[in-house]
Amino acid sequence: MDSKEIILDVENLNTTFISDRKKIRIVKNVSFQLKRGSALAVVGESGCGKSVTMNSIMRFLGRNAIIEADKIQYNALRDGKVTEYRLEQIEKPHGPEMRALRGPEMSMVFQDPMSSLNPVYKVGDQVAEGLLQHNKGMTKAQAREKVLEMFRKLGIPDPEERIDCYPHQFSGGMKQRVVIAIAMICNPELIICDEPTTALDVTIQAQIMELLKEMQVKDGKSIILITHNMGLVAEMADEVCVMYMGRVVEFGSLEDVFDRTSHPYTQALLRSVPVLGLADGQKLETIPGATPNPADLKGGCEFADRCPFCTDACREKDIPMFQLSPGHRVRCLKYQDYPVAEGGEVQAEVAEVQ
Amino acid sequence: MSENKEIIFKVENLRTWFPITKGAFKKVVGHVKAVDNVSLEVYKGETLGIVGESGCGKSTFGKTLMMLEKATGGQVLFNYDGEFRDITKFNKDEMFEFRKKVQMVFQDPYSALNPQKKIYTSFEEPLIVHGMKDQAQREARMQEVLKMVNIQPDYLMRYPHEFSGGQRQRLCIARALEVMPEVLICDEPVSALDVSIQAQVLNLMKDIQKELNLTYLFIAHDLSVVQYMSDRIVVMYLGKIVEVADSRALYDEPLHPYTRALLSAIPVPDIHNTKKRQVLEGEVPSPIHKPSGCAFHNRCPHCMEICKQVDPELAVQNTENGHMVACHLYAEQQKKLQEEKAAAAPQA
Amino acid sequence: MSETKPLSIKEQNKSAASSLLKKNIRKFLRNKLAVFGLVVIVVMTVACIAAMAMGIDYSTPNPTIMKAAPDAAHLFGTDTIGRDLLARVLYGGCYSIFIGVFCAVMSSVIGAVLGAIAGYFGGKADMIIVRISEVFQAFPQLVLVMMLVAILKQRSMGNMLFVFVITGWMTTFRMVRNEFMSLKGETYVKVCEAFGMSKANVMFKQILPNVMTPIIVSTTTNVAYFILQEASLSFIGLGVADSTPTWGNILNAAKSIQVVQNQWWIWVFPGLAISLFVLAINFFGDGLRDVLDAKQQ
Repeated sequence: MDSKEIILDVENLNTTFISDRKKIRIVKNVSFQLKRGSALAVVGESGCGKSVTMNSIMRFLGRNAIIEADKIQYNALRDGKVTEYRLEQIEKPHGPEMRALRGPEMSMVFQDPMSSLNPVYKVGDQVAEGLLQHNKGMTKAQAREKVLEMFRKLGIPDPEERIDCYPHQFSGGMKQRVVIAIAMICNPELIICDEPTTALDVTIQAQIMELLKEMQVKDGKSIILITHNMGLVAEMADEVCVMYMGRVVEFGSLEDVFDRTSHPYTQALLRSVPVLGLADGQKLETIPGATPNPADLKGGCEFADRCPFCTDACREKDIPMFQLSPGHRVRCLKYQDYPVAEGGEVQAEVAEVQ
Repeated sequence: MSENKEIIFKVENLRTWFPITKGAFKKVVGHVKAVDNVSLEVYKGETLGIVGESGCGKSTFGKTLMMLEKATGGQVLFNYDGEFRDITKFNKDEMFEFRKKVQMVFQDPYSALNPQKKIYTSFEEPLIVHGMKDQAQREARMQEVLKMVNIQPDYLMRYPHEFSGGQRQRLCIARALEVMPEVLICDEPVSALDVSIQAQVLNLMKDIQKELNLTYLFIAHDLSVVQYMSDRIVVMYLGKIVEVADSRALYDEPLHPYTRALLSAIPVPDIHNTKKRQVLEGEVPSPIHKPSGCAFHNRCPHCMEICKQVDPELAVQNTENGHMVACHLYAEQQKKLQEEKAAAAPQA
Repeated sequence: MSETKPLSIKEQNKSAASSLLKKNIRKFLRNKLAVFGLVVIVVMTVACIAAMAMGIDYSTPNPTIMKAAPDAAHLFGTDTIGRDLLARVLYGGCYSIFIGVFCAVMSSVIGAVLGAIAGYFGGKADMIIVRISEVFQAFPQLVLVMMLVAILKQRSMGNMLFVFVITGWMTTFRMVRNEFMSLKGETYVKVCEAFGMSKANVMFKQILPNVMTPIIVSTTTNVAYFILQEASLSFIGLGVADSTPTWGNILNAAKSIQVVQNQWWIWVFPGLAISLFVLAINFFGDGLRDVLDAKQQ
C-alpha cells in the first residue's frame, strides 16, 4: 500500500452507541481508501451512518460512542515525506494529537451554515482563530492578511469590509463560504464536507460546488463529499462509496457505480431520483418499505426486506464484499461467484486512477 | 387549447407586501414585496408547479391563495360552480366555507402534527369543526382517507413521534383530504424527506390526484421534482413570475435567462452529460431593496440598458402552447404577436 | 378492522389510553425523590386538615406550661404563652398550604390566559399587556401589603391573597407568552388555521396543551414560593392576624434573641415544616415534569 498515493485508509471501522444501557452498532466494518487529490462521494440516505463514519474518523463523537477500527490511517505528505498517523490509536479525542491534526491536515465543512457560525463573533475573528491556534508565532495583523487572502480566493466580495461583519449580515451562500474559509485557512490536505449545500439554493449550490472542485483540481486537495444527491455525485466525485444501514454496500469509480451499477440498493436509488426530462408518463421507481430501525436488525443483509432479489441465503449471515473488477466491489450475494475482496491490501495495488 | 380547460383559480395583480416597522411606535419604513403583481390562471385537474429560489415568494403566494396570509392588493378569484368570487374580500363565514375547497400540505412533516395529540384527535378536529357531528361518520371518513395513503387504521391511536417522516407526510396529506377539497396546495411537501421516500410520496400524490380529480399547486425549489409532478410550471424570481410554460416545453426550450441558469445549475445524475454548467454570479438581492427595472438584471448575462430601467411584462411568446415569459429579449416578438392577435380579433 | 364491530375506534382504544396512564404512573413511581415528595405532601396536608377537622385546641393560652420544652404531652413543646406547638403547627399548616396552593393556581391561570393572548395575537394587544405586566412588576410586594394594611386598617388573609396574586402572575405570563410566540409559527398551528378553526380553539386547544408541562411545573414551584413569601411577611408582622396561626406567624415569635437561644423548639419546628414541605413540592414538580411530556412517551 503506497502511502504517498493514499491519504486516508480506513479498515473495519465500527462505531457503537450506548443508549439506555443498550449498545447499538451504527457503523459496521466500514473500509475504504481515499486517494490523494481525488474526490470520494459517500452516498446514502438518512440513518445510513455516513455522517457518523466521518465524525468517527475526526473523533467528534461524544463519550457514549465506542469507536473501534483495525486501522484509521492518515498519511500526511509534507516536503515529499510521508508521516503516518494511526488515528484509531489516539486515545483522547480532544487531546493534543487530534487537535494538531484538525486544521492543518484534516478539516470538516458541516451541513448547516446557519448554525456553524457563532453569531456573537465577527466572521474574520472566527476564521483567524484556527490560524492563530496552529501558528503560535503569528501576529493578529498577519492572520488578518491571510484571512483577507482566503476571502478573495473564495469569491467573497468586499473582503476588507466583510471581514468585520457578523454572521447574520451574510446570506446563506456567503456563510457557507465563510465556513469553508474556516476549514481551509490552515491549508489542510483532507477536507470532509458533510452535505455542504443541502440548505442552499440550487444556483448557490452550483457556485459552492465549483469552488470545491477548483480546490481539488487546482490545489490538489483530497475531498470526501457526504451527500444524498446523486446529481452532485455525478459532477464532483471520482469514486463513490454507497452506504446502507451502516455498511458499505458498493464502492467503485464513478463509471463503475453509475454505468455498471451492481448493488440492488444503488440501482433502486438511482432509479428513484426525479431527473429533468423524464419521458411523459414515466414513473419513478420506489423502494418498498422503509429503512429499518438499527435496533431491530436481525442477521444477514440489512437490505433483505426491501430487495427484489432477496433469497433465503441473504438472511442467514453477514454478506461479504465481492470484488467485481479492480477498484469495484459490492456486498451482495448476487455476485458470489466473484472473489471475495480482502480489505485494504487488494484495493491499492490494482486500483486505477480516475 | 387552454380555452377548453376550466379555470379554477384566477389570480389578478396579486400583491402580498409585509410592512417593515421601526421604533417603539412601529412606524412603517418600507415593505418586503414578497409577492409583487402576480397574475395567473390555474386550470381544474392540472398540477401547476411553482418553482424558484429563496426570496422568490412562492411560499407566500401559496399561503395567500389559502388566505393564510392577507393579500395587500389585487384579486384572487375562485370558481364556485361557474361563478367566480374574490376570496380576498370574503367575510369570516365565506372564508370558513372556502376552507373546505382548498387545503394545504406543508413542508415539515415533523411539526405539522401536534406532538401532544394522538393522530385520532388531530384527524377528528377538522371534521368536528366542519360540522360532522356523528362519531361513526367521522371514523368512517378517517378510515377512508387513511386507506388512500396506505396507512393502517389502527395507527390512529399513536402519537406523531412514533411515525417516520414519510409516514407523517402521508398522514398530513390524508388529513388535508378529509374535508374533500378541490384544490391541494403543496408547499415543498417532499423536501424534508429522503430520496427514496420522496419517490413513494410523489407517486402516491399522483395516484390520489387521478382518483379524486384534484387540482394541485406544487410549490418547490427542486426543479426536477417539480417537473416530474407538474403539467405546467411557473418560475418565480423576487416576487414576480418570469416564465410560464408546459412542463416539457420549459425543459426543451427555456426562454428566460434565469430559467436557463436554474436548469443548468441542477446537477444531473448522468456522468456522460458533458454540458457545461452555467454558474450564475452574485446572490439573490434582498426583497426589501429590489433592483430597479427587471429584478434579475444585475445577474443576467444578457442585460441591456432597458433592463435596468423598465420592468418587463409577462406576455405570451408562443400562442400554440401558451408559453409566457417576462423578458426584454422577447419584447419585440411578443408585441408583434399581440398586434396580430388584435388585428385578427374584430373578424372573429 | 372496526367497521363490523359496534364499538367505535375511540372506545376500543380506551384500554390503550388507560394503559398509557398506568405506564405514566409506573414511570413516576420509579422516581424515588418524586414519590418521597408526593408522600410528604400528602401526609402533611392530611395531618393538617385532620387536625383542623378534629378541632384540636391551638389557641388557649396556658401560662403554667408556657415555654415548655418538648415532652410526652406536648410533642413540639409550647410557645411563649403556653399554647401547644404541635397543634399550632398542624393548624397553621392548613393556612399556609392553602395560601400557597390558592395563590399559585390563581396566578398561573391569570398569567397563562394573559400570556396566551399576548403571545398569540402579538401587535398592540401584546404591547399593552406587556406594559401592564411591567407596571405590576415594578411594584414591591412589601409596599403594596403595607399600603393595604394601612388603608383597610386590618391584617387579613384576603389582603395577602390579593396582593400575592396581583404581584405573582408575571413570571407565568412571561413564560407562557414566550412559548406562544414561538409555537404559533409551528406548522400544526398553521394547519388548524387552514382548516378554519377559531382563534380561541387554536390558542387553548392546540397550543396550550404544548405549554401545559412548564405551566404545571411552574405552578408547583410557585406553591413553595408563596408559602415562603407568606412566612416572610408574617415574620415581620404584616401577614395574617396574630390569632390565626400560619407557619410564618409562629416563626414570628423567634424575633427575640431570647427565644432563638432558649426555646429552640418554637422556631425549629415551624421552620422544618416549611423547609420539608417546600422541598417535597420541588421533588414532586420535577417528577411530574418528567412524566407529563407526551413526547417522552
